[in-house]
Amino acid sequence: MIATKTKQPKETLEAVVVRFVGDSGDGMQLTGTQFSDTSAMFGNDIATFPNYPAEIRAPQGSLYGVSGFQVHIGSVEISAPGENVDLLVAMNPAGLKTNLHAVNPGHSVIVDSDAFSKKNLEKAQYESNPLEDGSLENYHVIEVAMTSLTKEALKEVEGLDNKSITRSKNMFALGMVYWMYNRSTEHTIGFFNKKFKNKPELIEANTKVLNAGFYFAETLELIPNSYTVAPAKMAAGTYRIVMGNTATAWGFLAAAEKSGLELFLGSYPITPASDILHELVKHKHFGVKALQAEDEIAGITSAIGAAFAGDLAITTTSGPGLALKGEALGLAMILELPLVVVDVQRGGPSTGLPTKTEQSDLLQALYGRNGESPVIIIAASTPANCFNYAYEAAKLSIEHMTPVILLTDGYIANGSAPWKIQSVSEMPEIKTKLIKEAKETWNPYDRDEETLARDWAIPGTFGLEHRVGGLEKNKVTGQVSYNPENHEHMTSVRAEKVKRVENYIPKLKTEFADEGDLLVIGWGGTYGTLYSSVKELGQEGYSSVGLAHFNYINPLPKNTEEVLKRFKRIIVCELNTGQFASVLRMNFHGIEFLQYNKVQGLPFGNSELIEEFKKIISK
Amino acid sequence: METTATPEYTFKDFASDQEVRWCPGCDDYVILRSMQKALPEMGLKKEDVVFISGIGCSSRFPYYMNTYGMHSIHGRAPAIASGVKLANPDLSVWIITGDGDSMAIGGNHFIHVLRRNLDLNIVLFNNEIYGLTKGQFSPTSLVGQKTKSSPYGNTQPPFLPGELAIGAQARFFARIGGNTPKEMTDMFIKSEKFKGTSLIEVLQNCPIFNDGCFSKYTDKAVREDKQLFVEHGKPMIFGKERNKGLVLNGLKLEVVTLGENGITEADLLVHDAEAQDPTLHQMLVRSEYPLVTGIIRSFPDVTFEERVTELTAAVKAGSSFAKTDDLFFSGETYEVK
Repeated sequence: MIATKTKQPKETLEAVVVRFVGDSGDGMQLTGTQFSDTSAMFGNDIATFPNYPAEIRAPQGSLYGVSGFQVHIGSVEISAPGENVDLLVAMNPAGLKTNLHAVNPGHSVIVDSDAFSKKNLEKAQYESNPLEDGSLENYHVIEVAMTSLTKEALKEVEGLDNKSITRSKNMFALGMVYWMYNRSTEHTIGFFNKKFKNKPELIEANTKVLNAGFYFAETLELIPNSYTVAPAKMAAGTYRIVMGNTATAWGFLAAAEKSGLELFLGSYPITPASDILHELVKHKHFGVKALQAEDEIAGITSAIGAAFAGDLAITTTSGPGLALKGEALGLAMILELPLVVVDVQRGGPSTGLPTKTEQSDLLQALYGRNGESPVIIIAASTPANCFNYAYEAAKLSIEHMTPVILLTDGYIANGSAPWKIQSVSEMPEIKTKLIKEAKETWNPYDRDEETLARDWAIPGTFGLEHRVGGLEKNKVTGQVSYNPENHEHMTSVRAEKVKRVENYIPKLKTEFADEGDLLVIGWGGTYGTLYSSVKELGQEGYSSVGLAHFNYINPLPKNTEEVLKRFKRIIVCELNTGQFASVLRMNFHGIEFLQYNKVQGLPFGNSELIEEFKKIISK
Repeated sequence: METTATPEYTFKDFASDQEVRWCPGCDDYVILRSMQKALPEMGLKKEDVVFISGIGCSSRFPYYMNTYGMHSIHGRAPAIASGVKLANPDLSVWIITGDGDSMAIGGNHFIHVLRRNLDLNIVLFNNEIYGLTKGQFSPTSLVGQKTKSSPYGNTQPPFLPGELAIGAQARFFARIGGNTPKEMTDMFIKSEKFKGTSLIEVLQNCPIFNDGCFSKYTDKAVREDKQLFVEHGKPMIFGKERNKGLVLNGLKLEVVTLGENGITEADLLVHDAEAQDPTLHQMLVRSEYPLVTGIIRSFPDVTFEERVTELTAAVKAGSSFAKTDDLFFSGETYEVK
């Protein structure tokens, strides 16, 4: 399965730095060499393999006995073996201690938890166990009992002494890293066969451990953080590093506090959205009610119940879960209740590529329900602004009394970036449609003239008892109605309500150029790469290339057409086969939209985009 | 919730202005009226009562109640009701469902709501048929039953709702004939009082698609001889002459006649609905002669919301976070100038 002969597609990961550290005897050099060789064979344009300084044969477990090997791979020119380690694999506490400083906050650290014994911690001069004392809170720590898992994997291999068994745990680590970065184990298995030609038991043992690590990472769906920070100017203020999923969770916490509502989350675990659930369950001190439900459908329907009873209700999922939630989302839409559905998109269809990123749920979000069922759709575009768009999703939902789908993706959800901390006091007001007492002639489907949002009358409120349901309802009373004209009226009112949201969202902006030869269009999580690509083009002298990045998908910003018409050519770049391009074509006739698409489960790389844009301009 | 006095209601206060549209002669009318009569006895304010239903004939129920209500989607009422209850634990939340809604399309929610044990009430209208979709077999239809979708006889063995529910850890399970409004009213009141998820299975006749499905147990002429109506703490006696009873013979229930072979009332099983061990409750649920009705199981246990409330209070007490700002600015932050 792993040892396929087919040529892999060319990798476009930009500058990934992986560092393996452990005891001199842990075989870190070998591990690093294997990873870099495999990466080079995989087709990375440039792979540099700087040997990380190591003391030779120092006392085991000591700080100066740490051996390391850093692999720097990427498709852009790599200038220096920088300190920006994306993934640190630490086989013992000493390795962690001496190398943690090089890891970008928010990035991943894999440790062999078996090695964190009292003795080893003392040797590494740790006063408390860093895995337990919270000092690693800014990193994505993956604790794996590598020594015991290696022993377990080799239980049935005969002719191995204890030392050979423990020494092969480096291959477990390598197997994990191979899976995380989409590398084949083929090259390394070939290496075993050559190196241990006369020791079949060692070929078997090393292959077994390598595969065990590979499958372990697959089973746990480990995801590396490969988010590259857009090199924008940082405004003054207090910052912290946040992961996209954490920022999403925090955006909802802020919206709950601002609106004075309690936050309810109904959710079912799914990669890569589960971290939002993990984050929100921590915050019982804010009164967060988080229900891990029996399935995706119960996740959304419990949230609908909570919304009916007056909570800020959300449900979090990824593509397959959104498919399961479709019918219930239609219910929330016809009930006209506030509800936010977060879809952290991953590679599809079906189970697809759970740990990889993609933007292929856009049309599902727009149309994946029976009947005429419009909802508001917005998309976050960086790990940090997941906070703002989660907040915005809650605000729009509450103020317009309709469900909102917030699209993020695996890339920004698992990526980390600096976030200028926003105090709740700085956030815009959220005004609920709650009514506290019966007006003389109140009806459940009375609407605000401007927004068309209906009142929110919740159980427990005297005199406002009423029934709602999934059947079509009379336009005033909300009672069941099969009247043909009424159905048509209600269908158009529900659509108009969503359409009018365009009056409450920001206009579409262009960056780098307001008019000119080429408009680059993107939406959602591709912003960082599109931004840096267009910026680089500008630095090369292509000054008439602009970028328009969409965060509002339904409704579209009011000035969209006007922006489109200012450019000679337009290219829509998406990690799908052209879903947003088709939405734009449907909305704006007579405008030609070129497409640049990628469906490899990987984010865009700068070089491929720049190459494509230049090609278009030169035509 | 305000603490003003609960008004005196009559059953009319709980009837909505909607015309009831069930087929003439349907037991659903009996259930509706029993509920409207039970509610004024519960000491609840009308605005604190919520009915949530799924899809099916039974699920039209909320439209006829002058309370808060939601007619939702097929099978999902337990999950929606759980959300309502967690959002506002002060509400009295009722789930109205049928055999198809709860045990076919909504089977997953049905077992999990019972397992969690929120303080909810479920009324299960069991008519062993799909009514609204016009006569297909349901998960409680009998093997061999001829329906629109089993013209040569049903080949799928049925669930016994009580057996499934107790297997899913139901703390409260009751069964009642659809033609006994007085007992039903009383059962609704007891179900509301019970802290935890209570499930009432109503043996509901469908006069159109499955007429007479329970008549061998529920017809007035045979009811007393064929049904044992159990009450907590009372011996298991039944029969028109009140001379039949249940004893335990090995691992089986056995019907005995009082006065025969020296059997006296003291030899009979005494119903313990509150026992934690559900073994005997399961035997009562499975018994075909007599068919056991009444509150079969009523085991008091901690509710889900009690656990949540306790845990939340403990976390709050041990936390230094009062506002989200406390969280956002905590831990590792840095300044950009």
